[in-house]
Amino acid sequence: MYAQMVETGLKQVQDVADMTPEERAFQARIDADVKVEPKDWMPEAYRRTLIRQIQQHAHSEIVGMLPEGNWITRAPSLQRKAILMAKVQDEAGHGLYLYCAAETLGVSRDQMIADLHAGRVKYSSIFNYPTLTWADIGTIGWLVDGAAIMNQIPLCRCSFGPYARAMIRVCKEESFHQRQGFDIMMTLCRGTREQKAMAQDALNRWWWPSLMMFGPPDAASVHSAQSARWKIKLLSNDELRQRFIDQTVPQAEYLGLQIPDDALAWNEERGHYDFGEIDWQEFHDVLKGHGPCNRDRMRTRVKAWEDGAWVREAALAYAQKQAAREQAAA
Amino acid sequence: MSAEWPLWEVFIRSQHGLAHKHVGSLHAPDAEMAVRNARDVYTRRNEGISIWVTRSSDIHASSPGDRAALFEPSNDKVYRHPTFFPMPDEVKHI
Amino acid sequence: MLFTYLLRLGDNGLVLAQRLGEWVGKAPVLEEDIASTNVGLDLLGQARLWLAYACELDARDAPTLRTEDRLAYFRNADEFRNLLLVEQPNGSYADTIARQYLFDQWHVLLLAELTASRDARIAAIAAKAVKEARYHVERSADWVIRLGDGTGESHARMQTAIDSLWMYTGEMFAIDATERALVEIGIAADAQALQVPWIEAIRTVFAEATLAVPGDDWMQGAHSRGGKQGLHTEHLSRLLAEMQILPRSCPDAIW
Repeated sequence: MYAQMVETGLKQVQDVADMTPEERAFQARIDADVKVEPKDWMPEAYRRTLIRQIQQHAHSEIVGMLPEGNWITRAPSLQRKAILMAKVQDEAGHGLYLYCAAETLGVSRDQMIADLHAGRVKYSSIFNYPTLTWADIGTIGWLVDGAAIMNQIPLCRCSFGPYARAMIRVCKEESFHQRQGFDIMMTLCRGTREQKAMAQDALNRWWWPSLMMFGPPDAASVHSAQSARWKIKLLSNDELRQRFIDQTVPQAEYLGLQIPDDALAWNEERGHYDFGEIDWQEFHDVLKGHGPCNRDRMRTRVKAWEDGAWVREAALAYAQKQAAREQAAA
Repeated sequence: MSAEWPLWEVFIRSQHGLAHKHVGSLHAPDAEMAVRNARDVYTRRNEGISIWVTRSSDIHASSPGDRAALFEPSNDKVYRHPTFFPMPDEVKHI
Repeated sequence: MLFTYLLRLGDNGLVLAQRLGEWVGKAPVLEEDIASTNVGLDLLGQARLWLAYACELDARDAPTLRTEDRLAYFRNADEFRNLLLVEQPNGSYADTIARQYLFDQWHVLLLAELTASRDARIAAIAAKAVKEARYHVERSADWVIRLGDGTGESHARMQTAIDSLWMYTGEMFAIDATERALVEIGIAADAQALQVPWIEAIRTVFAEATLAVPGDDWMQGAHSRGGKQGLHTEHLSRLLAEMQILPRSCPDAIW
């Protein structure tokens, strides 16, 4: 999902015969599942691809704090409030681990933030949708975190050490997130008629965008081959999407909710669920900046960053003054 | 002109641990804030009691060939399942 | 009376946690977002302990209805007993840090006293909370110092914030008849006696921060007509409207 619009820049997988000795050694290490570490030699395209992908993943966590943070002040019980605060705080932490992983490749956090704010890099399109009711919070935990988990577990095996280790740390915390969401959905679906309707409405709005999280169909992702070879992208979009649907449909049935897809049906032959056509126009529109919340999300992040500039500067100024004072005293 | 906070590496010795382990990095304006931030970021679940921080620029690394001893990937448990939310048995994949 | 006192303790944490919740995702730097939310979570946790105890003493409701959520979501502003200080809006980070430090410095002293309360439950809650409060006050004092002795801009903002919030600090040391009675039987802490150690700590931190301690011209709410008596500023009802909306719209629902 964060790799959706990340191109290695290589039109086809490099042939062994065309590789330099360093490139050959590098590929051999990847094939042997030995991790690549920051100080190791790596092809420039590998470095650039990772910087972009890890950074987009980090930005997704940070921007993702906003739709959920939107309901912290209105959480309907103190326990739900505490849990939601903890969840969103986890996401901040995940963003932090990922920014630090990207920094090992020679890009600064400030540079990455500048790139995000200028629209030069992306974040997961799902966060450009609004959280309109409390049920959206449950749905995000259930579907969006569910999709994220599917994507992140394979990444624990990715070739770049710092990214893989960040993912291990993230995955430890992630299953709580999905359960938190599903628990909210269960409570709503067992509740009043209004609450159940709220849950159904949220599912209606979030189902298709969640499927789009996995990116364009494999047929439209011709440049993933090199990423796969370098073990940066480990499973195909369609494969992950199908797994997600197969896993989630029974969960929706358990909740007594209707998935908004008339074409959804179990296919005994394939052993999977058949599902309807995804509106790829919507996906591309949102990616281009025309989703319901793109501008709001960026405006909020840019404002927070700019409003905070004097705070960051003050802390640094104090540190420099302290260092000078200590030196003078020595 | 941007005022970028320097990067620090964080090492934590857990309650029953014998040595400090590298857990990651963070940005802070000075050492005191770095230790404080490390506590908030890396011990939110009371994962450790002793915290060391050092500026990333002060770390001297060995050559890649010595990699094995210093950069062992953390292979234990890919993820834990917290039991705070009991999930019904009938619901799979969660 | 004990019920009222517990609300005074719990409502502070609840309202201040609500204010800190508004910063989530918008703090000046990522590490600070995480740290600040930790403080909010601690305060919310403390509030829940105080309210859980309080609701057992709530004679207005049938026992089955007495829950922390019933107290948090179904009281009106005039039934809340928090200090005026904690309901003040977030403003800029200077306003938020000033509010936090002025509160934390008092809170840590208060909780330390309460660990010796004759009421075992109060003593136990205080023992847990005081550890968190010690961390909170170190943290917020650090920020007061960095912003006070940072740049010219941060210094000016901090001084203005402190000057504006100073009038709410008097209430922290004002005891009314309710509290005096509880102090006399060793249950409540003598808030009046905290004034001297508090101002000494403030003077030390402000000196290091190159900030001036404001004069005590007028103290809002300090004459038994403040938040502790349910006479709040206009900010509280707006804060509660947002906080309470869902349970109030569907009172019979379980969330």
